[in-house]
Amino acid sequence: MAVPARERGNEQWLAELRGPARDRAIADLRLILLRGLRAALHGRTSSIDPSLEDFAQEALIKILDNLDSFRGECRFTVWAQKIAVRTAFAEIRHSRWRDVSLDEAIERQGHDEPADTLEDPSRFAAQAMIMTQFRCFIDEELTEKQRRALLAAMNGMPLEAVADRMNTNRNALYKLLHDARKRLKKRMAAERLTPQDVLGAFGG
Amino acid sequence: MFDRDIFKALIGEIAETREVEIGCDECFEQLDRFVNMKLSGLDPGQALPLVQEHLEICGECRDEFEAFMAALRATEET
Repeated sequence: MAVPARERGNEQWLAELRGPARDRAIADLRLILLRGLRAALHGRTSSIDPSLEDFAQEALIKILDNLDSFRGECRFTVWAQKIAVRTAFAEIRHSRWRDVSLDEAIERQGHDEPADTLEDPSRFAAQAMIMTQFRCFIDEELTEKQRRALLAAMNGMPLEAVADRMNTNRNALYKLLHDARKRLKKRMAAERLTPQDVLGAFGG
Repeated sequence: MFDRDIFKALIGEIAETREVEIGCDECFEQLDRFVNMKLSGLDPGQALPLVQEHLEICGECRDEFEAFMAALRATEET
């Protein structure tokens, strides 16, 4: 007789997902993933995104392909839910940024005119000067790859989307940007410009 | 030039930048342990400080962490 989903232990999940009771276990797991994804993505999806069922199906494939990597450090369903959430976010980011090139993301410029531009022109001028100086740091300290990745990410392109377009992966891109941040931090220190000073000039 | 809010966010990230940071994959690997501690009322930031620091810097991992917590609250605590 099948055991209700929440009463399965880790070993039982693994055994059933690999054994003759596989279909029943997969169906139970799918329901758990769907319930979790519904809560996880509440308010985060739009009509252009794939459906929860699509995310759950995609996640199930990944989970079943990676059963051997489950180390038993938490409940099996917790581990499975972690994979489902990451799968769903990757799909959402992919679908929303599908038609945007890296160059388009880099060239997206912010045009926010602060409300106090006319009221406090000297403050606005100081901010503009800091941003111009910082743009020089980016051009002088970063590699071309770091500069392009940083500008695209600053303009909102997700790391996964940037990574796709640079033929790398999210983890490697994070490390590339970590190195970029370290270089910029070092240059700021050399110029005796602290992050606190900069943030102070922008009102905290 | 830059959008001011985005520029401020970058400066904030630079201020938080540490010499050694873990990447998104290492964070993901340890995330189930991290949330287990959090759901148990422990302080995961003390036991897994590199994960905590990564979540403070990486907006994408932070979004996934928050959604993961929401998923677990809906499925593990019922």
